[in-house]
Amino acid sequence: MKILSEHPTTNSKRSSKTIAVFLRRTTPSAWFGVAIIFLYALIAIFASHIAPFGETEVVSSVPYGPWTQQTFLGTDQLGRDVFSRLIFGARNTIGISLAATMITFVVGVSLGITAAVLGGVVDMVTSRIVDAIMALPQLVVILVMLSVVGSSVFNLIVLIGIAGATNVFRLARSVSLNVTVMDYVEDARVRGESLVWIVFREVLPNILPTLVAEFGMRFCFVVLTISALSFLGLGIQPPTADWGSMVRESATLISYGDVTPLLPAAAIAFLAIGVNFLVDWFLHCASGLRDDQ
Amino acid sequence: MLAILTTIFERLAMAVLTLLIVSVLIFSSVALLPGDFAKAVLGQSATPATVTAFEQQIGLDRPATERYFDWLAGAVRGDFGNSFASRPGAERRVVDIIGPRLRNTLTLAGLTAAIAIPLAISLGLLAALWRNSWYDRIINATTLTTISVPEFFVAYVLILLLAVKFPVFRSLSTVRPNMGIVETVENLALPVLTLTLVIVAHMMRMTRAAIIGVLGSPYVEMAKLKGVSPLRIVLRHALPNALAPIASVVTFNLAYLIVGAVIIEVVFVYPGIGQALVDAVRTRDVPVVQACALLFALTYIFLNLIADLIAIGTNPRLMHPR
Amino acid sequence: MINNLMTQEVLLSIIDLRIEAEADDGWHPIVDGVSLTLRKGEVLGLIGESGAGKSTIGLASMGFTRPGCRISGGQIIFNGSDLLKLPKRQLRSLRGTRIAYVAQSAAMAFNPAHRILDQTVENAVHDMAMPRKEANANALGLFRELQLPDVEQLAHRYPHQVSGGQLQRAMTAMAMSCRPELIIFDEPTTALDVTTQVEVLAAIRKVVAEHNTAAIYITHDLAVVSQMANRVMVLRHGKEVEQAPTREMLSSPREAYTKSLWSVRQMHKPAEPRLDAVLEIRNIDATYCRGAIKVLDDVSVSVPRGRTLAIVGESGSGKSTLARVVTGLLRLSAGGILFNGVALPPVLKSRTREQLRQIQLVYQSADTALNPRQRVRDLVGRRLNLYFGLAGREKERRVGELLDMVELGSRYIDRFPGELSGGQKQRISLARALAAEPELMICDEITSALDQIVQGDILKLLTRLQRETNVTYMFITHDIATVKAISDEVVVMNRGKVVQQGPKDSVLSPPYPDYTERLLRSVPEIDPDWLNRLLTARQ
Repeated sequence: MKILSEHPTTNSKRSSKTIAVFLRRTTPSAWFGVAIIFLYALIAIFASHIAPFGETEVVSSVPYGPWTQQTFLGTDQLGRDVFSRLIFGARNTIGISLAATMITFVVGVSLGITAAVLGGVVDMVTSRIVDAIMALPQLVVILVMLSVVGSSVFNLIVLIGIAGATNVFRLARSVSLNVTVMDYVEDARVRGESLVWIVFREVLPNILPTLVAEFGMRFCFVVLTISALSFLGLGIQPPTADWGSMVRESATLISYGDVTPLLPAAAIAFLAIGVNFLVDWFLHCASGLRDDQ
Repeated sequence: MLAILTTIFERLAMAVLTLLIVSVLIFSSVALLPGDFAKAVLGQSATPATVTAFEQQIGLDRPATERYFDWLAGAVRGDFGNSFASRPGAERRVVDIIGPRLRNTLTLAGLTAAIAIPLAISLGLLAALWRNSWYDRIINATTLTTISVPEFFVAYVLILLLAVKFPVFRSLSTVRPNMGIVETVENLALPVLTLTLVIVAHMMRMTRAAIIGVLGSPYVEMAKLKGVSPLRIVLRHALPNALAPIASVVTFNLAYLIVGAVIIEVVFVYPGIGQALVDAVRTRDVPVVQACALLFALTYIFLNLIADLIAIGTNPRLMHPR
Repeated sequence: MINNLMTQEVLLSIIDLRIEAEADDGWHPIVDGVSLTLRKGEVLGLIGESGAGKSTIGLASMGFTRPGCRISGGQIIFNGSDLLKLPKRQLRSLRGTRIAYVAQSAAMAFNPAHRILDQTVENAVHDMAMPRKEANANALGLFRELQLPDVEQLAHRYPHQVSGGQLQRAMTAMAMSCRPELIIFDEPTTALDVTTQVEVLAAIRKVVAEHNTAAIYITHDLAVVSQMANRVMVLRHGKEVEQAPTREMLSSPREAYTKSLWSVRQMHKPAEPRLDAVLEIRNIDATYCRGAIKVLDDVSVSVPRGRTLAIVGESGSGKSTLARVVTGLLRLSAGGILFNGVALPPVLKSRTREQLRQIQLVYQSADTALNPRQRVRDLVGRRLNLYFGLAGREKERRVGELLDMVELGSRYIDRFPGELSGGQKQRISLARALAAEPELMICDEITSALDQIVQGDILKLLTRLQRETNVTYMFITHDIATVKAISDEVVVMNRGKVVQQGPKDSVLSPPYPDYTERLLRSVPEIDPDWLNRLLTARQ
């Protein structure tokens, strides 16, 4: 049995020391991630102010026009400005992805923690149901459901949200199980606390770091999923600007050596890279596994 | 011995049960069909008679449970019925549509797996051995980038570089029956390369993480105190205990190769089963969708079962109970 | 043997060793200028509380530091060479072959994926190029010397299939397999039951003496170290307090700190007679796995009001299970419990809030018993809110009072558990239980995970609190010294049954039932000849 140390594990001195420690620990990749996220957030929020032209505005009669001073990145197959559509694409993709990820988390986390806390039959039944849903790969589930209900924005958000909730359920449940075996959770039970209290006041605060990291990764995954669906023609429908459909629409250009299809793809890539770098750094800090001789 | 067999049997039973539940879920998605579904397939100007005939043809007039068991029985025999795209006189059986596609996908998956899996595990082992060195940092950044970007980005970049600017490979991957090996490799080189890049990154990161996770264990510290060399620590002390999570990520990626490679198939216009599913979804060809979904579920469940069994097989506590 | 030790040559010489550990705000010293000398065949005991640096020094003797630590000064000279200046390869070749290590938890130190024999001979086969057959035979021979049963069978088992005491001896065999000159024993028996501990101590001592191996024996238990070591060094906060041959240190310690190390053994509470029973446990059975395993068998216990009832037993005796049944966490399968004469509903869910309030449970490890994300204010104050409806300033005031009662004070009210020491956390646990103003407090091994000096302080606090509030304690423990220090009545349990119960003085004096006798005899005394006498008496 482990003897408790008489030395506290953390310092009680706050503020200035914490910031110094924080700065010491960050890496270039983390800063890169923060910069990207900040940039994309700005673009998404102020899209209509930044974009030179409207989302569906036809500015040129020349399809696939060249890169000019007016149309920085040329025009697409209907003569719309690619640069503006990229900016609006940011707003649409990020907005939808954020909404879907939030649904995923609210549903997945509350069910996951509850299953871990209640244990027994409730846990077993919910886990089996989730296992069954997860027996199908996510993309397939979404495709099947889309074939039934059609691809509207609302459907996309709800379907992707719920499909992702299974992964988050598993994660939330598994980290919660590490917490529910702790004596302080048992203490809460013994003193007569309600289920709601135990889930949200005892367990949740202790699993936040893992959940925050997972939120970042899930968000990336949702962005990639929506882009993939739009690329296949099953996601966001035209004329709404979306990076995935933009890639599809200009795909043929690649055989002429034109990089236009790579632009929206790169936009997706940078967002995902930025978030992933940040999450990676966050996990590295939180786990604190040191390496040795 | 008996205990292990019981566990294996239990897992197998669970897998079959899950498959059944999934089949119900797949089938019942049809039950959610909105009312004017028939019109969506036949066209808005379809006459009521055509609609009724169609509904009769797909059996919407019979009770759901009866239809389910019919479908299931057929599926077990390999008969998934007729595609919605069939018309009287030009019947198209679902099996005929997806059979060859499945073969194509498995070829692509097989080639990729043969290259990617050994590569990923070796790279992961090396990264764990030389952790925090420049090699490790570079690999970490590279793989993090690769798993972040969408697959079509990787695919198009590779096409741009290796098929357009420097014509080394083909950008469209056609497959004909009875193609020679060399021709097959030439045709499939780019899709295989793309897929390899995508999955090696994921598997390598997980291998590295799994081994480093184990390296923090007390028995590894004990091995260091016994003066065991770093290489031996990774191979003999850490790896056997990390096999379960590594097997898990390998099977996950194998499943992805079969089930999730649809984007790659579309980019390279490769006639695989993923593309069949997407086309069927677009045209609301429900029997094909159901058949593909069931096949995918079977693959996924089967691969998960293998991962599970490996996890059991590498756990001495389960293999040799007290 | 002691006489000719002084003529042996010096094997290990540590000079002014300094080791630092990394924390959020920089490097702090954890070993601060320690020097020691060890001769061939000598056993040195390192004793001190947790955080004193003994384990760190033990590891440093092999030139090893844990991640997050670094050696910042001094020399470690083994057989003439300074370990800190050796190239890595040479250092690695020394480990396991010339200097070996025995860890505290053998269960965690053996690789779960390989058989015991393979791990035992690993050093011999790989570092000394011994043919496998010879290495295996050698290992089996060592197993026999260490008195392990069924040696052939055990060697082919996996670590999880073998008990803790046997595993600890296998680990000693592994350490001895290359006949090293120095073995470092890092608290090898701390995690074992008292009765198992005796076997392991005897085995280690025999084998070390027969092979004339030098050893550093690290422990926090003065009684254990007095059986095993020729010389003892007391450490505190990374510095040496005093050093002397064993008998000398025990009979006339110089420093007050050394004397305080066995303060618990000197505490003795005069047992008070009982008034009436606050809790009556009548003929209860309890099972796990739907009746497959019986953990409590026809247990009847009567808890006297306002007194301390000690429940003593080893692991698996059912003492903690009894606590879980009383609190309602485990359903009993037969019998009943009366609280203040009223039948107590067997399951938590069916009890009233009043009933829950009146029985409070305090846990062994405050690390896991306090929610790390809650401040002391909420940890202690929640029960005030839940049971008495206190909030805001009223609650704050009362929390301050409770913190004073446990000798901490209201300046701790904003702290997180991570900022407190082990003893302080345990006081918070007590304050938390007291907040409910319970009639019965079940203390489940609450001092077992604390350093000895802190244990003494907590036990004194408990006694004072009982005087002030007349609360009843059900004190679960495995430590006889604690029982003597704090209890009025004692219940002895073994394998789910009650062996004996009664007033302390009658239980702790002969005649004893068999198990009680074995239990009491296995407790090491602070007397270098205790183990010798025990072994002679057995023959």
